[in-house]
Amino acid sequence: MNRTTHVLLRGLAEARLALLASLRSFQEMFATVMFVAGFTVGLSFMRGGTVDGTGVDSATASLPGVLGLSVVFVGVVATAMMLATEREDGTLLRAKALPDGMAVYLIGKVVYAAALVLATVLLLVVPGLFLFDGLAAGLATGWPQLLWVLLLGMVASIPAGAVLGALFDNPRLVNAVGMVPVFGITMVSGVFFPITALPGWIQTVAQVFPVYWIGLGLRSALLPDSMLSAEIGESWRHLETAGVLGAWAVAGMVLAPWLLRRMARRVSGANVEKARQKAMQRV
Amino acid sequence: MALTDGASASTAASPHSGPAIDVRDLRMRYGDNDVLKGVDLTADPGEVLVLLGPNGAGKTTTVEILEGFRVRSAGEVSVLGADPAVGGEAWRARLGVVLQSWRDHGNWRVRELLAHFAAHYAPYSTAGRPRPRDVDALLETVGLAGHARAKVSSLSGGQRRRLDVAVGIVGRPELLFLDEPTAGFDPQARRDFHDLVHRLTDEEGTTILLTTHDLDEAEKLADRILILADGRIVAEGSADELARRVGSGSEVRWVQDGQRFVHAAPDGTAFVRELLEQHGDAVTDLEVRRASLEDAYMEMVARHESGRTADAARALEGLEGLEGITR
Repeated sequence: MNRTTHVLLRGLAEARLALLASLRSFQEMFATVMFVAGFTVGLSFMRGGTVDGTGVDSATASLPGVLGLSVVFVGVVATAMMLATEREDGTLLRAKALPDGMAVYLIGKVVYAAALVLATVLLLVVPGLFLFDGLAAGLATGWPQLLWVLLLGMVASIPAGAVLGALFDNPRLVNAVGMVPVFGITMVSGVFFPITALPGWIQTVAQVFPVYWIGLGLRSALLPDSMLSAEIGESWRHLETAGVLGAWAVAGMVLAPWLLRRMARRVSGANVEKARQKAMQRV
Repeated sequence: MALTDGASASTAASPHSGPAIDVRDLRMRYGDNDVLKGVDLTADPGEVLVLLGPNGAGKTTTVEILEGFRVRSAGEVSVLGADPAVGGEAWRARLGVVLQSWRDHGNWRVRELLAHFAAHYAPYSTAGRPRPRDVDALLETVGLAGHARAKVSSLSGGQRRRLDVAVGIVGRPELLFLDEPTAGFDPQARRDFHDLVHRLTDEEGTTILLTTHDLDEAEKLADRILILADGRIVAEGSADELARRVGSGSEVRWVQDGQRFVHAAPDGTAFVRELLEQHGDAVTDLEVRRASLEDAYMEMVARHESGRTADAARALEGLEGLEGITR
């Protein structure tokens, strides 16, 4: 077995074990279930209503936006938090002490994050198939589109999360500095109401970030063309979707390895010890 | 129970000849603050080196530079024949590091975690040093066999430290770094750990660099002790040598006519000779205790803390019959 194969296999094993560990963690499971259940219940309240002049169920029409939000929240925020936390608690230091440990760790985290995104999407879509009218029909024809948008969405968000996690030393800072913009951007990205209802300059800002485009791509996959009247330019803009998400993916994949290497270089026992002392003081 | 399942001390020799650790004029500076001001140290293969020193003396910084976790400001460093700053993964596989765990991998199971870490070493196995160790045998060795399926977060402090030690030696390292390994151990666990260290050096020729605040531990384990103060090695030698060097002679205790006496004498032997000449059979329960490593260490630290480190180092250097003092 050559070294690349070894590292890849260990990375997959790391992801599998980390997922098993998460399944064992009441805290993590509780957070995921609340996140998913909250949105599913929220969407259920919209059931029965239809989007004006289209006959499309309101809940079904909103689901793609929620999926887009989930991809970005899990891909960016959860990844960033995970990196910042595990750097502080000594997980990364352990990886650094092992041969090929950092490479295995990072592959493991990317696979773990991707699995987490997919699990969240499945937990939202599968109940939706039974609860929301028209979703099954949309999925029947739109699944290839759904797959590529999801995949590109993950490739755009997970490196962005890694960059954010590598930049901030302090998990609480990631929470404060990372969450607020992501939340703000999400608010204006057409998740909770059509983007065309917002002022022009806000529309422009929203279109810089992946949330809007993942939502748009997923709407094009799951909703009929009669919904186009609520979109900018009354078009699904596939090319632009691929372009913006692709640009984020490329930027992330150029920046992330460099920042992660820098971060890995700075991991030391003294830093972990400092964080531990601080945490003790807080307690 | 033997640690060697396949490897023997004769075949476990490291592939490079020369010292396992060779450090010359190591310097570390953070901003305007010089933490290490020219450290020299060497460790021969199979040697147990103990680094002592007050908090803030630079012990952790030194060890982290040798581990390749930190990049030095200046100086020459060779660890297992390579510069730690550019060591590479094959070099890394020959080292073991016992880290102070905190709350990492809390939801992993003990055996699962150790087996996963162990698997990292498989491509770096050699005929003389099969890697990794057998995980179940290792769990047995460190006394965690009964906790193989326990969640790491459910372990007690002492049990976590045992796991840390297991993780550190699972790759059958040629050189092992231990940073305060027995903090939080009960006396039994401490003794078990000391036995383990002796087995590692005896059976596998492992070189060990250990930092500790426990002078008793240093005395028990060390082939050589280095005292690091204010960014320099200020004294070096066996526990005995250090005690002789700094200690203020001996403490003599005896019983005479039912009364207990204690006397501090610069020259214990001379004092005892005189005592016996004068009082002969009246003296019973005679006990002569040479100044201990603790006395030596306390003296060093006291000199250091009263700002006379340089004087202390010079005074030590001036003493007769001493070797290996570095500035």
